[in-house]
Amino acid sequence: MRKFNIPHSFEFKSIIELYADWIKDGTLKVNSDWNKDLKIKFTIQDPCNIARKIGTDKIVNDLRFVLKRVVGEENFIEMTPNRSNNFCCGGGGGALQAGFPEQRRAYGKVKFDQIMATGADYVIAPCHNCHAQIEDICEHYGGHYRVVHLWTILCLAMGVLGDNERTYLGPRLTKLNVLERRQVSDE
Amino acid sequence: MAEILELDNFVCDFKEDILTRLPAANLDLCFTCGTCTGGCPASEQFGMDPRKFLRMLLLGMDEEVKKHPWAWVCTMCARCKTVCPMEIDIPKMIYNVRGSWPREDRPKGIRGSCDQHIRSGNAMGVPSEDFAFTVEDVAEEIRAEHPGFEDLQVSVDRAGALMALNQNSREPVTEPDEMGPLLKILHIAGVDWTYPTVMWGGENYCMFLADDEGWKYITEEFVYHIENNLGCKLVVNTE
Ligand code: SF4
Ligand code: SF4
Repeated sequence: MRKFNIPHSFEFKSIIELYADWIKDGTLKVNSDWNKDLKIKFTIQDPCNIARKIGTDKIVNDLRFVLKRVVGEENFIEMTPNRSNNFCCGGGGGALQAGFPEQRRAYGKVKFDQIMATGADYVIAPCHNCHAQIEDICEHYGGHYRVVHLWTILCLAMGVLGDNERTYLGPRLTKLNVLERRQVSDE
Repeated sequence: MAEILELDNFVCDFKEDILTRLPAANLDLCFTCGTCTGGCPASEQFGMDPRKFLRMLLLGMDEEVKKHPWAWVCTMCARCKTVCPMEIDIPKMIYNVRGSWPREDRPKGIRGSCDQHIRSGNAMGVPSEDFAFTVEDVAEEIRAEHPGFEDLQVSVDRAGALMALNQNSREPVTEPDEMGPLLKILHIAGVDWTYPTVMWGGENYCMFLADDEGWKYITEEFVYHIENNLGCKLVVNTE
């Protein structure tokens, strides 16, 4: 919209900013008790689009606020460098569809090493390109971390995550805080 | 022996061409410090890096620059631009290099997704009705099976909703169950929201393709729908 000077009267936001607002004003009641003893570690991939390219760290700082509240401050580990100085995952700009997988993965090795250095069990990557690329390089380079959506962890922390919504969670989280589903007959 | 370059006789048509579109890109100010290259994860791929690429452009090596595949390995992440002491806009330069490729020679994968988006409103090519059906289906299952969410509502194109949600088309298509938690959070937060079904895919492959026209068309259609049909005050991206 900026590039083409298209006039519009609505405001544009990332849902991450809303999560942060809703946690601050008590709309979403979250806590990190579930992870007190488990101590499962999380790190954040800062997507270029919501970090460096918007000229402010507002969204990525909100992201940290939200994640710390739901997994526990001590269970969040920063990658280095981060925020607006992050490394691109290597999947951006259409690289995942550009047809140069070898180069894309060599690019992604930087990100892979960064993630492995955190020792994190989970990566939150709030961008589809990052998400797919980080999963791909994990598999390619033999990593052991998992990539999950922030909304999954938010629901887990609120005790409303069903067993059918845990495809990407590891064994330690598949049975934790499960919202018991009603049996519905098929008739 | 290496050829000696006559500094006064450079013909740099392509550079001039880019500069008319990007007067603020500062391309001529590069003093080859290499800071860009040092922090660029695409450096060395195809034997190329941002400083070298820019140098070739400045030396008038137009044909080499215009067909070098590195333009599609650089992700336009802007890390180089942020650290460049001369504020040289390499990502926008790359965007323009991509745009100089004949459209049919640009990578098939990106082009296909851009074309789908123009045709059907999302890069996966899902008809809007299928999207609407999937959303309602996920909601129905949650209402039936997830205690506490019996009243969960979803809607598409509901005029007057406060917020329009812009979502990547991958979840609804490939893994609809992954949308459940998002719908639940919006329910708990009590948000007055709807999914637009015009240009609803949150992705933007036409930008990656450097297809200005396609990108502009998608954006205009989307903005028109939000402003004139729905009247939402807030557009929220799930990323
Ligand atoms: S950082 Fe800027 S000035 Fe230095 S080599 Fe790169 S483009 Fe040129
Ligand atoms: S925009 Fe391209 S050249 Fe610049 S740092 Fe990113 S990948 Fe490298």
